[in-house]
Amino acid sequence: MPVEYTERGMLKYTKKLIERFKNPKNVGEIENPTVVATEGDPTCGDMFKMFLKIENGRIEDVKFLSFGCAANIATGDMTADLIKGKTVEEAGKLQIKEIADGLGGLPAIKMHCATLAYRTLKKALTKYKQKQAGGAQARPKG
Amino acid sequence: MRAYLDNGATTPVAKEVVETMLPYFTERFGHPTFLYSLGQEAADAVDQSQKTIARTINAKSGEILFTSSATEANDIALRGVVYANRKRGNHIITTKIENPSILRTCERLEGEGFKIDYLPVDGEGFVDVSKLKEKLNDKTILVSVANVNDEIGTIEPVEEIGKLLRDQKEKIYFHVNAAAGYARVPFDVEQIGADLVSLSAHKIHGPKGVGALYIREGTPVEPVSYGYISLFKLKPGTENIPGIVGLAKAAELAFDGFERHTNHMKKLRDKLISGFERVPYSVINGPRGDKRSPANASCSFKGLEGESMLMHLDLNGISVATGSACSTTKLEPSHVLTAIGVKPEVAHGTIRFTLSRYNTEEEIDYTLEVVPRVVEQLRKISPVKPEEL
Repeated sequence: MPVEYTERGMLKYTKKLIERFKNPKNVGEIENPTVVATEGDPTCGDMFKMFLKIENGRIEDVKFLSFGCAANIATGDMTADLIKGKTVEEAGKLQIKEIADGLGGLPAIKMHCATLAYRTLKKALTKYKQKQAGGAQARPKG
Repeated sequence: MRAYLDNGATTPVAKEVVETMLPYFTERFGHPTFLYSLGQEAADAVDQSQKTIARTINAKSGEILFTSSATEANDIALRGVVYANRKRGNHIITTKIENPSILRTCERLEGEGFKIDYLPVDGEGFVDVSKLKEKLNDKTILVSVANVNDEIGTIEPVEEIGKLLRDQKEKIYFHVNAAAGYARVPFDVEQIGADLVSLSAHKIHGPKGVGALYIREGTPVEPVSYGYISLFKLKPGTENIPGIVGLAKAAELAFDGFERHTNHMKKLRDKLISGFERVPYSVINGPRGDKRSPANASCSFKGLEGESMLMHLDLNGISVATGSACSTTKLEPSHVLTAIGVKPEVAHGTIRFTLSRYNTEEEIDYTLEVVPRVVEQLRKISPVKPEEL
């Protein structure tokens, strides 16, 4: 690159992202969720809390709370849309790229937002599986 | 309604300034080093502009160098002075809360073997002059402190610092980055004892791409860039005549109504600050009253993140900066907020509102209507509870 452009110079959001940020459909909490997962840290400036309602192995509802930038809110909302109605197994196959693509792309320095949403989802699904396994083990013992 | 409240980043150019500049593009376009009348007209314009700027800070006109920005002025001041004085010493003192344009040059100088002390500040951003005194040694050649902090508006005790430095046996040069303070707080180079002062045009309703450096007569400064010399040895290249004329006109306008403008800004600033204080879990950063720049209001809203706030305010027509205006992409809390002891999780929710003489009371009322609404909206969707921070 003959002239290096700064990351700041490349910080632009897509219309899709701004629209999601303005009107996120999936923010909030779920009462009696099947599983809740939190990732990130407010000291780093971004944090997600994801609530999943799972019935018969299918994600019936997703809500999230966000402390973070516009990309944080938009990626959370996108992730929720991408997994809603899917089975736990299908949701487990979600890729970070799909989240970014769903928003028409993310600036390079905001990719960590998609990663954080992805990690929160992974954590929630792992917790769910542990719960299931724990439940399955508990039953014969009980 | 729209409200531009990021005048600390840049300002709209005053119409009078544009009008003054225009003939220098098309009619009075001459090169200032040539003898024909067009050239002399350009040279005169530079002379006149030097005089105008000098008047605003009580300097002599020959002490004003025009640069392309305050950033460049800072770089020439810092590197120029320490290179010219390196036989005498290698120690520089500055503060932890300087603008990146100072800190980046300092980093480079450290790499070249200069020793730099970064003074801490108190909870309101004030430099402790006694701490500065403790750091002085026989190798100290330069002290650089901004008179107004660009993020939190703290007015530093530059006069006291200048006095301390003048009382030393060996000459210690004193640089003041006045980019955020120029035309906001009074500045007199004699009273302060400053040897170098950096100024910017685009922060006072002048054009972008122009700054100035005051260099006290007799201050040794080595050039830091080389090439074709036009009028000034320290700033090679043909002068930006329309820009220089624009800076001078902007300064003239700002200083002609200095009291009126600053009183107006103070009134709006205090209205903003008392409005923010009514928002639950909010913290004002920096001092109150006379020790604060008339143009600055900085507030941390706990439990939310600044960029989302910035975007929502923008959707409502209000332009602001996050607390760390200069590190938007670094994803780290601002070095200034960190230095005054703001916890990172709180620093992330900081918004800087900066005023100009063109802002109106209606704009402030509107802002104070929108801000609490946006804060509430973002807190509602946040997993972080403001009361726990």
